[in-house]
Amino acid sequence: MQQLIKTTIASALFATFISSAALAEDLKIGMVVTLSGPPAALGQQIVDGFQLALEEKGGMLGGQKVELIIEDDELKPDVALLKATSLVEKNEVDFVVGTVFSNMLQAIFKPVVQSKTFLISPNAGPSTFAGSNCNPFFFVTSYQNNQNAEVSGMVANAEGFKNVFALVPNYQAGRDNVDGFKQTFEGQLTDEVFTPLGHQDFSAELARMSTSDADAVFAFMPGGMGVRLVNQFANAGLSENMKFMSVFTTDETTLPGQKDAAVGFLAAGSWAPDLPVDANLAFVKAFEAKYGYVPGSYAMQAYDTASLIDSAVSKVDDLSDKDAVRAALKAADFESLRGDFAFNNNHYPVQDFHMLNVVKRDDGKYHTSFVRTLAEDYADSFHEQCKM
Amino acid sequence: MSTTLLLILCLNGLQYGMLLFLISAGLTLVFGVMGFINLAHGVQYMVGAYLLFAFTGLTGNFMLSVLLSLLCALAFGLLLEFFVFRHLYTRSHLDQVLATFGIIIFLNELAKVVFGPTTLSIALPEFLAGSIQLTEQLKYPIYRLVTIGVGLLVAIGLFITVSYTRIGMLIRAGATTPEMVSALGVNIQRLFMIVFGVGAMLAGFAGVIAAPIYAVEPGMGDNMLIVAFVVIIIGGIGSVGGAFIAALLVGLIDTLGRSLATEILSFVFNPSFANQIGPALASMLIYVLMAAILIFRPRGLLPAKGVA
Repeated sequence: MQQLIKTTIASALFATFISSAALAEDLKIGMVVTLSGPPAALGQQIVDGFQLALEEKGGMLGGQKVELIIEDDELKPDVALLKATSLVEKNEVDFVVGTVFSNMLQAIFKPVVQSKTFLISPNAGPSTFAGSNCNPFFFVTSYQNNQNAEVSGMVANAEGFKNVFALVPNYQAGRDNVDGFKQTFEGQLTDEVFTPLGHQDFSAELARMSTSDADAVFAFMPGGMGVRLVNQFANAGLSENMKFMSVFTTDETTLPGQKDAAVGFLAAGSWAPDLPVDANLAFVKAFEAKYGYVPGSYAMQAYDTASLIDSAVSKVDDLSDKDAVRAALKAADFESLRGDFAFNNNHYPVQDFHMLNVVKRDDGKYHTSFVRTLAEDYADSFHEQCKM
Repeated sequence: MSTTLLLILCLNGLQYGMLLFLISAGLTLVFGVMGFINLAHGVQYMVGAYLLFAFTGLTGNFMLSVLLSLLCALAFGLLLEFFVFRHLYTRSHLDQVLATFGIIIFLNELAKVVFGPTTLSIALPEFLAGSIQLTEQLKYPIYRLVTIGVGLLVAIGLFITVSYTRIGMLIRAGATTPEMVSALGVNIQRLFMIVFGVGAMLAGFAGVIAAPIYAVEPGMGDNMLIVAFVVIIIGGIGSVGGAFIAALLVGLIDTLGRSLATEILSFVFNPSFANQIGPALASMLIYVLMAAILIFRPRGLLPAKGVA
């Protein structure tokens, strides 16, 4: 009996050993995104976009079976730090994909890159790591945060707006967006209004807008703030006299809540669900079939991130050869849903930016729509400070 | 700064104050009368908003949905009282905080599972959606005016109930000496249940009213709860009248402060500095107000008699 138990334990141990040995050959990818609280929808898009890419490739990237570990940073820097540290130290992942928000990225940046693990951001693109603090282990597949606002300035110029009223939340990204807008906008800013994050009632700001003589509004109000602002803007009857242009305010994550109130509103971005790229149209179709909602740029960027990892892993024999992996990533030898895509010297993308507007589709769903390209192969303004 | 803008700001402040009053009236009664700390009160605000969303989707009739939401919010409050809170009245405040905090987390997640994490919105019916021309340049949404009116009606109704009716008398007596009221043959358990149910319904009503203006999302009640606690502390715990005055005060100061802080500061400091600290100062204003009032009136503006 004693002997039997010993054998059983031994074989159980052996089985565990075998399976963990098999696991060790898998490609391990850790993902740190925000999946709780009001902004959970953004993180969910990233998870869905990444998993769609994985599924299309049969659960493999670069010919290796993928073990994907998804962690929720809860939009708390300390939690993000803990999860990221455990991913690189305990799970020993090959890539960390994260995050949604720039402040979460700031939190996980150091431990990940110091462990010489590649960190690929599918959304956050802060200026802090684009200039002199750029890092050989850090890549961004989305954009540099300021760029969308800079292109909004071009939208305003192209539309002939002279006086613009800027409205953003009072935190770093809000201020970055106003600065970015001012950089390219040639007219006058009548007001710069900063609201608290999570602002509920925009009526005071709307009252100021209506008395400001501005011919357009520039807003950066992500998530629920955007839904409230746009609905209150429309309810106050301002849509008749003023144009509304924004970044991350009328996108696929907020449009289900804004509906008709947002139709015709202008936006700037590097992508729209109807961007005429064949791979993109196929992606949007497959995504909607699987998840039942229109993908936003978050899902697209996550999909591109998976494609990027796929292209890099398939080129490299040994993932521990960090220089080879870096060169393979840098080559960006994948078919981006955005069309042209390349990495700059700071590992931030060089890509086209477009004017977008909100449309209602025949089936009653809403999405941003490609109008025309405003900036071709547009690079961020910090890459020259990067010595890499 | 034009006078019309100032007028608009005051109306907005009133409207926000009414909303705060609806939430804090229930909170102050439950806290003051039963000595029960109900952190889940803010979540009942969210429940009201989601109920309205669900019912407008099902019935397509706004007024009917409001009515159904109110009934459901009441039933939901009674349900929570029966299954959870009833067992906590005699426990320590820490136990109450733990249990009600658990309910917050549970319901926030439930909302996310059932309705998804995205922000939802509710369209107003035609007759409430327009705006009224207040001055030549400025329109004010009808719905916000209605909100102010409804808040006033509820305040008057509550005031009459608490001050002049038998049940109001029992509530006031129960707040002072629950043992004595119980000894006189009043079913204090049922009294508590009624107070609790009405409190939950008022919070739900606030959520219903707020939903078309502020949109619906998981966790929407959490911030409101904090402000509601500020209101009942300023007003005096257990006092409906105090909650009313404090709610209007907080609503007005918060709304005016957010718009005017930057401009007032820019008279003294240079504009870019004012732009930096103005918004930060504005969001602190109500807490500064609370601290100041606590220094001069440690038990709030209108403390309820007998509540320690």
